[in-house]
Amino acid sequence: MSVETNETKIDFDQTYISEFSKKRQEPEWLTKLRLRGLELAESLPMPKPEKTKIDNWNFTNFKHDVQADAFSKVEDLPEHILNLVGKEDRTDNFIVQRNSTTAFTQLSKELQDKGVIFTDIATAVQEHSDLVETYFMNKMVSPDEHRLTALHAALFNGGVFVYVPKNVEIEVPLQSVFWQEDQEAALFNHVIVVAESNSSVTYVENYLSHGTEKQSVANIVAEVYAGPNARVQFGAVDNLANGVTTYVNRRGHAERDAKIEWALGQMNDGNTISENTTNLVGDGSVGDTKTVSVGRGDQKQNFVIRVNQWGKESDAQLMAHAVMKDSASSIFNGIAKIEHGATKANSEQTERVLMLSEKARGDANPILLIDEDDVTAGHAASVGRIDPVQMFYLMSRGISRKEAERLVIHGFLAPVVNQLPIEGVKKMLTDVIERKVTQ
Amino acid sequence: MSAPNLKIENLHVSIEGKEIIKGLNLEINGGEIHAVMGPNGTGKSTLASALMGHPKYEITEGTVTFDGEDLLEMEVDDRAKAGLFLAMQYPSEISGVTNADFLRSSINARREEGKEISLMKFIRKMDSKMELLDMDESFSQRYLNEGFSGGEKKRNEILQLLMIEPKIAILDEIDSGLDIDALKVVSKGINEIRSPEFGGLIITHYQRLLNYITPDKVHVMMQGRIVKSGGPELAQRLEAEGYDWIKEELGIEDETVEQA
Ligand SMILES: Nc1ncnc2c1ncn2[C@@H]1O[C@H](COP(=O)(O)OP(=O)(O)OP(=O)(O)O)[C@@H](O)[C@H]1O
Ligand SMILES: [Mg+2]
Repeated sequence: MSVETNETKIDFDQTYISEFSKKRQEPEWLTKLRLRGLELAESLPMPKPEKTKIDNWNFTNFKHDVQADAFSKVEDLPEHILNLVGKEDRTDNFIVQRNSTTAFTQLSKELQDKGVIFTDIATAVQEHSDLVETYFMNKMVSPDEHRLTALHAALFNGGVFVYVPKNVEIEVPLQSVFWQEDQEAALFNHVIVVAESNSSVTYVENYLSHGTEKQSVANIVAEVYAGPNARVQFGAVDNLANGVTTYVNRRGHAERDAKIEWALGQMNDGNTISENTTNLVGDGSVGDTKTVSVGRGDQKQNFVIRVNQWGKESDAQLMAHAVMKDSASSIFNGIAKIEHGATKANSEQTERVLMLSEKARGDANPILLIDEDDVTAGHAASVGRIDPVQMFYLMSRGISRKEAERLVIHGFLAPVVNQLPIEGVKKMLTDVIERKVTQ
Repeated sequence: MSAPNLKIENLHVSIEGKEIIKGLNLEINGGEIHAVMGPNGTGKSTLASALMGHPKYEITEGTVTFDGEDLLEMEVDDRAKAGLFLAMQYPSEISGVTNADFLRSSINARREEGKEISLMKFIRKMDSKMELLDMDESFSQRYLNEGFSGGEKKRNEILQLLMIEPKIAILDEIDSGLDIDALKVVSKGINEIRSPEFGGLIITHYQRLLNYITPDKVHVMMQGRIVKSGGPELAQRLEAEGYDWIKEELGIEDETVEQA
């Protein structure tokens, strides 16, 4: 059996998947899930992002099972990874994956003693099989949504598992770095963050790859579960090179009084489909999504930022800021869905696109789907150029046009930079913005 | 350092095809403070913005020189670097850019690469100026003018003035929206930089500010021109009697530019 995506075929069959699963000593439920994914991938259609044609995107050309060596001590990590995790003021807890293989992992004794699990997903499915099974493509993202989620289930090859027990509040951030050293290595990455009731955690992930000659695919799913009164802050900087076609789906589930905050720096250089969904299931739950992106070259991107509200008095805040240059094209759909019965729910969203070039295209579409009368909702969207009066103000202090533009752009994208709790990651995002905007 | 000079001759300025300034002459030298007063809508802010190079204003006639150089030929940032400063009536808000970063960029724009102000020196200077202006420390890390009250914005304009140390500053209604204490504080700030190397053009509606900053000359602007000039006593008379007597004297029917 083989899977057909678009016109091209991917040669993965049951035997390959079973062998792959066996080699990784996975529990039976997971092998079954993979095989179900494979089967679904045959019948399910590709996702249909609104206003973005993906027919010609590369979803098939990649290497799936690429090995890489681990590093025995922190100091051996390459410079650009060390910069991310910090040299002197290093985060105590981080995992580095290289071509989806775990290359370094560190979790403080203190957190281990509190019952916190922070481990690569391959280890997690062996050591905490039942726990992982509860959440893995089960509650939040399902293999049967479309061909890409199905393929994700079948082929996932990397990722991490975060588990925070009841009442444990983690002050320091947990950090993952997913580094695709091999330009052709596919990243089918799966991240699960579970925060049990009254717990709190901050998780930050970075995706990076370099090189522009080769093609590959990233198919990323992150599932975040926040139990009653838990708080999850989820930060990300995606920085995959332009040969990588990305599908990224980050989805959260918030129980009563839980809070999920996303700060996403979406800086890929390749074509990207991104879905970010927060399900505010419990009463009083809160979702806060901030995302920034820069489109350059001829890359095409489609962003759906969505909050579904069932909880009474739940509160959703959505913010997307994007800078568009060259002949890049991006679609932003902000969807606020309030279900019947979600009385006193509130939803606010803003999408702003700053156009730096005549040829670039940016579409901001706030969409309100409200099935309840007793709610408040607001939205704002704008697509425009840098305000000439702001430029005048800055330049009237002696700042050059170029520098003034730089300040305005960095300022415009600052909401996500400021929310990232790790200096190295902040700096990385700032540098990436600088590079994408000025080059 | 020689005393600066700003010389405006027969200036005409239009906005969206409508002439607002209609032949204005004014010369400001280092050591002098000039006050410009005049009814609403007579072109005071237009004059200020046009001198700084606001993109919306078109200069249709006349010359302006700054220290002998053609000011109107210069880009906005070059005017600033030459030593001109404008404290705006309505300062812009710029999200995501902290006051401190903005000010440091402004100062460094005047310095050569590699000779940027050291962070320590910058912080020390900013702290001392903020203290002088009674501004809370938090303002250095707040985004530029974002959510500032009217009075806070004015104070922030003066902070920039003190940090940048221009040769000639135009202060457009720096006193509007200030409470009495703030007015004193801001005046103190301005008096701080008064020197033979500094010239000022203060646009105001109220004599009160001029009690704290004594001007050398007071000008009345109507219909896009300076129609009367005098000493500080002119401001006092305007405060007491309004503009009617000038209109009568000059046979002006309506003070707005519309009529002309
Ligand atoms: N975009 C514009 N289009 C048309 N007229 C304009 C425009 N901008 C300003 N004006 C007009 O130019 C005139 C001068 O405005 P200006 O702001 O210079 O007045 P001002 O003397 O500073 O008044 P105030 O004392 O109220 O600050 C006003 O009549 C104003 O309405
Ligand atoms: Mg004015």
